[in-house]
Amino acid sequence: MQPFTRHTGIAVPLIGDDINTDQIAPVQAMRQLKPDYRTLLFMRARRHDDGSENPDFVLNKPQFRQPGILVTGHNFGAGSSREAAVWGMLANDIRVIVARSFADIYRENCLQNGLLPIVLAAGAADAFEQRVVAVNGASPFTVDLESQRITGPGGPDIAFDLPAADRMRLLEGLDDIGLTLKHADEIAGWERRIAADQPWLQSAADHRT
Amino acid sequence: MTGTLFDKIWDAHLVAQRADGRDLVYIDRHVLHELHAPHAFEQLEKQRRPVRRPDLTFSMQDHTVATRPGRDDSTNPSGAAFIKAMREGSRRNDIRVFDIDDPEQGISHVVAPELGMVLPGATHAVPDSHASTVGGLGALAFGCGTTELAHILATQVMALRRPKRMLIRLEGRLGPQVTAKDVALRIIAELGVAGARGHVVEYAGAAVRTMPIESRMTLCNLNIEMGGRSGFVAPDDSTFSWIAGRPFAPQGVFWERALAHWRTLKSDDDAAFDREHVLDCSSLEPQITWGTDPSQVLGISGRVPDPSAVDPSRRAATESALAYMGLAPGMALAGLPVDRVFIGSCTNSRLPDLLAAAEVVRGRRVAEGVVAMVVPGSTSVKRAAEAAGLDRVFRDAGFFWGESGCSMCAGGNGDRGEPGERCVSTTNRNFEHRQGPKVRTHLVSPATAAATALAGRIADVRQVFAGQA
Repeated sequence: MQPFTRHTGIAVPLIGDDINTDQIAPVQAMRQLKPDYRTLLFMRARRHDDGSENPDFVLNKPQFRQPGILVTGHNFGAGSSREAAVWGMLANDIRVIVARSFADIYRENCLQNGLLPIVLAAGAADAFEQRVVAVNGASPFTVDLESQRITGPGGPDIAFDLPAADRMRLLEGLDDIGLTLKHADEIAGWERRIAADQPWLQSAADHRT
Repeated sequence: MTGTLFDKIWDAHLVAQRADGRDLVYIDRHVLHELHAPHAFEQLEKQRRPVRRPDLTFSMQDHTVATRPGRDDSTNPSGAAFIKAMREGSRRNDIRVFDIDDPEQGISHVVAPELGMVLPGATHAVPDSHASTVGGLGALAFGCGTTELAHILATQVMALRRPKRMLIRLEGRLGPQVTAKDVALRIIAELGVAGARGHVVEYAGAAVRTMPIESRMTLCNLNIEMGGRSGFVAPDDSTFSWIAGRPFAPQGVFWERALAHWRTLKSDDDAAFDREHVLDCSSLEPQITWGTDPSQVLGISGRVPDPSAVDPSRRAATESALAYMGLAPGMALAGLPVDRVFIGSCTNSRLPDLLAAAEVVRGRRVAEGVVAMVVPGSTSVKRAAEAAGLDRVFRDAGFFWGESGCSMCAGGNGDRGEPGERCVSTTNRNFEHRQGPKVRTHLVSPATAAATALAGRIADVRQVFAGQA
């Protein structure tokens, strides 16, 4: 996983709650094993029925054509667990999402891919959102994970908090499987113990064969 | 020691705590599907890592498979690459695949329980948000993304933070033609689409205890629609007899030992939950969604909201949902003409769902101009339904009777509606464009869907039986 230390980019206000993964990455756009994750992102909102661009959608506006940070509302990423909804962000160079809250599975998928999910408390979220709207893409914000601060135009630094465990993994770009496999002996020990105590859990045999 | 059943299952599966503070929770059964597993196989192969427990892992072909009789890999042209990659990846990794032509092929959340792969008190993972369907049997199930799926393949554990606990008590007795689907929609309406975020939900109470296992699965299936991390019903005698004799369930002396253990699986009387919610189901009528998220729900006799009368924070969302759905403020849904009816998906495609719908349909005809489909949740369900003559009931009425798969739930197999169509569906998500561009989806129970297909209009199924339809 690519490490995350700091990221500077244009902050895009996608104001709204409950934006779901069907909106972020429609299943109809996933007709190939390797779709174009860049164009798949918010595909329906981005284009009219005739295929032409919808100039009103925020990511199509000239000042937001090269986004770096997405700013949104509550329960972002609700719905399907499809990871394309994260890969689509990265393919568009969006490395940070600042939300009021995230759907659980979506947040996990972000952490697995070095996409930083920041939750701001209500007051800070209001203030940051206002600044993002006011600056309107004219200059970037910088998100620093080491100091857990957002800096940028229109006001003082904004502090955010990420659980220490998640921060460490992102900062070091740790290989999640490698981290777990340090416990391979304990996994094997658990399996041996359960095979004795609850043998039906450690065997999934088809009894007809 | 007192605790919730969730905590007991979690603690029993806790292998270790990782350096970053996450709990490593052992996964007893891992069920994959072809939309996401091929990418995980590829990730692992790049890392040169083997699958740790192929014997506890099963592959299903469900999301992209066509439903047309006589189908093959490429009947849905865009599915062929997924189906092939799933087949080959599973074989390379020694994982049993329930392939497109397997007599037990079907939707992962339907097939795993019906074959006895899902056990009370066991943990279960699927790279799909509706994983907790199998919570209906008292299993603790987690949905996940593709990278986490690769992690489980390589390690057989998930690295999780312990969620909070919620208790939802369902009291009272369900009225005629009121089902687990209606109960679940009402719960989501009351708690909201993020109401269970960060929580594992235990469903309890008199109304749950009298629910057949398939209904409990419908209830737990919809848990994610209010953001729940997982959801389950503590097992009881009906659970045990439902599982007994299924091919992958323990047998003989192991069955007796398992049963003795399963009987201990309950939350203690004084167990503490972070949240509790009570719903009296006695006065519930059949429910239907009117909007574009699963919390926008009405009783079948209700009227859609007037944006000027709702909480200001919901006004814009209400207006936008009404506009997408082609509805005017305050109008009734019952009587609204429909174009399409879909009965199927991991929510409502098990045999009792099809029986309930067939009971309504028997001897009647689908209304002129309505496209109506039934897609059984598994090939086994299809076979059992055919043995009971249900396929004839549906076909004679004018329904399409399909091969098993996820079908119109997300349209990943090409089954979808036409722009602007109003579709009454037994699926789980009424998001914009989910069942096809500009399709307007109303979520309902199988019985309500069946009654609607016959009437050609959104119908109160209770009136079919009252002889008023």
